[in-house]
Amino acid sequence: MSPEGVTSPNPVGDAIGKSVPRLEAREKLTGQAVYTDDMTLPGMLHAAMLGAPYAHARIRSIDTSEAEALEGVRAVVTAEDLPKKKYVGVFLKDQMTFAGDKVRYISEPIAAVAADTLEIARKALQLIEVEYEELPAVFDPEEALEADAPILHENRDEYPCPYERPEHPNAVAYTQFKEGDIDNAWAECDVIVEGVYETPAQEHMYMEPCSTLVAVDANGKITIWSSMQSVFRVQTMIAEAFDMPMSKVRVIAPRIGGGFGGKCDLTNQPATVALALKSGRPVKMTLSREDDMMMMKSRHAGKIYCRTGARKDGTLVAREMRLFLDGGAYADESPEVSTVAAFFGRGPYRIPHVNVESWSVYTNKLRASAFRGFGNPQATFASERQIDEVAEKLGMDPIDLRIKNALQSGDKWLGGQTVEGGSLAECLEKARAASDWDKRRQNNGKEVRPGKRRGICVSGMSHISGMLSAGAAVRLHEDGTVTVNTGAVDIGEGADTVMAQICAGALGLSLDQVNYGNPDTDSSPYNFQTSASRVTYMVGKAVEQASERVREQMFRHAGEMLECAEDDLELRPGGVIGIRGVGDAAVPFAAIAGRSLYASGGPIMGTHNWLFEGERFDPKRALVRGFALDGIGVFTFGAHVVEVDVDMATGKTEVLEAWCAHDVGRALNPGAVDGQIHGAFAQGLGYGLYEELVWDDGRLVNPTMMDYKVPGPLDLPYKIHPILIENPSDGPFGAKGIGEIALVGTAPAICNAITAATGAAINRIPATPERVLRAILAAEGGS
Amino acid sequence: MSEMDVIEKQPVTLRVNGNVHELEIAPARTLLDVLRSELRLTGAKRSCNQGVCGACSVLRDGKPVRACISLAFAAEDSEITTIEGLADGNRLSRVQQAFVDAGAVQCGFCMPAMVIAATALLNENPNPGVEEIRHGLGGNICRCSGYVKVVDAILSLTEGSKS
Ligand code: FES
Ligand code: FES
Repeated sequence: MSPEGVTSPNPVGDAIGKSVPRLEAREKLTGQAVYTDDMTLPGMLHAAMLGAPYAHARIRSIDTSEAEALEGVRAVVTAEDLPKKKYVGVFLKDQMTFAGDKVRYISEPIAAVAADTLEIARKALQLIEVEYEELPAVFDPEEALEADAPILHENRDEYPCPYERPEHPNAVAYTQFKEGDIDNAWAECDVIVEGVYETPAQEHMYMEPCSTLVAVDANGKITIWSSMQSVFRVQTMIAEAFDMPMSKVRVIAPRIGGGFGGKCDLTNQPATVALALKSGRPVKMTLSREDDMMMMKSRHAGKIYCRTGARKDGTLVAREMRLFLDGGAYADESPEVSTVAAFFGRGPYRIPHVNVESWSVYTNKLRASAFRGFGNPQATFASERQIDEVAEKLGMDPIDLRIKNALQSGDKWLGGQTVEGGSLAECLEKARAASDWDKRRQNNGKEVRPGKRRGICVSGMSHISGMLSAGAAVRLHEDGTVTVNTGAVDIGEGADTVMAQICAGALGLSLDQVNYGNPDTDSSPYNFQTSASRVTYMVGKAVEQASERVREQMFRHAGEMLECAEDDLELRPGGVIGIRGVGDAAVPFAAIAGRSLYASGGPIMGTHNWLFEGERFDPKRALVRGFALDGIGVFTFGAHVVEVDVDMATGKTEVLEAWCAHDVGRALNPGAVDGQIHGAFAQGLGYGLYEELVWDDGRLVNPTMMDYKVPGPLDLPYKIHPILIENPSDGPFGAKGIGEIALVGTAPAICNAITAATGAAINRIPATPERVLRAILAAEGGS
Repeated sequence: MSEMDVIEKQPVTLRVNGNVHELEIAPARTLLDVLRSELRLTGAKRSCNQGVCGACSVLRDGKPVRACISLAFAAEDSEITTIEGLADGNRLSRVQQAFVDAGAVQCGFCMPAMVIAATALLNENPNPGVEEIRHGLGGNICRCSGYVKVVDAILSLTEGSKS
């Protein structure tokens, strides 16, 4: 039952399932790793962008003459320098490199300068004169959907869009999933809980700010090095924006200092390309932290209306959810984010009667886009908070309630797709056992440490792993070692190492016999993007199968060389093929490679390319309206148990310990999987307790690391315990992705634990001390 | 070269990783800027550029400093050690090796600074416990790792871990 009916081989040697260190660990720990800003080319210029001072304004005129006259300035670019009306975007194409007629958020790029030094470029930006006519702006998604709201994109009919847009011009996309008979279901319920949940615009805060270096050769071919999540997405979108053939655009991945979704699609590449084209010189543009925070992207802030009903015995019956996701001024990935949010509106539970509706909406704020979890954390926060409330109302153990309703293999997901590997219940059981749940739960609400109340609670979670297409090529070298090429950009999660492990495991090689090629659009097989927890599953499968093709070709040679049937052959560790059961009848890969190059058959190379074609929605089962992506991956499941202490005087929450159980199919590199869980938990803890971009009248008030707090070493527990569950999937050697899921349920697990400690309902994150205190007071007042 | 450089450049002598560099720079330039652009030592990273995240950390006379908010001139009488100066040729320092072995590295952007912070911490206190390590990381931010394996790496170098 593999993605293409191809099964995984048995791994040979010890590369699979081993916590090998990153291939590039040494270079990263000695300062030798080259990130984009570390590069310099002869004649290279330095660049910066100018952002708009208004949230919504018409541009009357832009005068760049003074800036151009400044000594050391080599190029100034505005919308005038780019092809007209060449909109880019993922599904809905509504973005230009620089604002043309209008600006739609504060700091939207309107011009860029390349100069001999960065100081000169920044000085020149101040000399650009722009005349604006300010327009009324709107900052709240629900207000933006009102009939008389200011319209951001009056010209939206010009935008290429493959789906039918909602009627309101500020609505980017709308998705509905409806199953069962929601209207009559409520009467069947013994308890109904209802609430409004708010989740913040989270900043990616990859440690490496966006950075791009561009060179143009004498034939007009552009080469781009950039901090990005996909060489191919950048190639496609740059070609689109500049109306040039993709054959003239080459994109190469240097080391990337984190992405988390924020470096999906385009960042500052088009502005840098425009400057390089105009100046005829190599140009590097590295954003300052402040520019990065104000100009780039964030997670969608969400407001979620949710209602859940259950019977006395804990059977979940009905769920209604309406999500409003703040997309900011341009669509970017909003249409997909709101469809994914809706897709997770029911969560990993059997609830027969469901109606979920989700909107992504334009407002005059920073663009919101992809961010680890992709709409799912918003839906899951509301869902898991509410499941907990149901458990409390029924006096049931929150883990028991979840297990009772957990989706099992063979069940249908919301929309009708079949769930394979439905292991939520197993994840919950494992987290319960590891955390000594029953014993620790005795402490809920108790003052274990003076002035603090203890609480332990849980969240279930699910995500997808997969989507779109990927390829891989494996080439056998003359000496019997191999090179793997894929388009998977390692943004820090460890793809390079895991892809090399998969190839090593499939061919019985040691890791130092495998060379992992750097992604480069000139030579790498296609890969969509490092996103959607898809690299291990999608690209990994391609590497596994490309390696298999190499093995098959080698077996043909070996059969002839050893004069035996191919069926009698086996791979032996270290790059040897031998006759099964006959110890000394063997040929090394090098002999086979030599034969192929000089005597028979030609060079040996294996490739595999595939597209994930998942099950479609089932129209007989569900009403699906608006923009809805189907067949986006295999399902993944997990459960987190979190223990907290809440300071009753200050409202401050301290997370003491966490148990994170995840079904990863097969852990190809358990240490790297643990690292993904630790990191996702950390980012989820930030989402739940600290992180929030705050705007005042469209102006971002905390665009620095000083004012926007991400968790530091003292804000996280050392005791984050990953629990790896391995129910093999159809991915490479059974693996599936773990990149996102561990973030998805972290914030609700923490908030559920705060409720367990204090009795206060935390329905808005981040759960800052002030919000927790207010909720405690409200709970006391109400009781 | 900026205008500022032309007008106000002054001579300065910097001792970095045991090498002496005679430079002419504007007094307002930060140590980070000079290390990265003049000496081409790009291991110290720029992230927040305001002294908050620690990514630019280097050792000044053995103590960690944030190079993005330190003036190059102020380092004139000190011995600067950057991440590039820790390994002995191809032999990693024990801290670097411990980070490799613990699998602490993800994107790696924060890692040169983490190694610097850990080196300084272990110089001060060769046997820190978990809490001392968490404090000793000096608020250095890592967005990828959750710090667990960073702590593990440092713990692996302490007495306690060997018993
Ligand atoms: S870059 Fe220096 S402290 Fe952040
Ligand atoms: S490893 Fe990426 S920021 Fe620390």
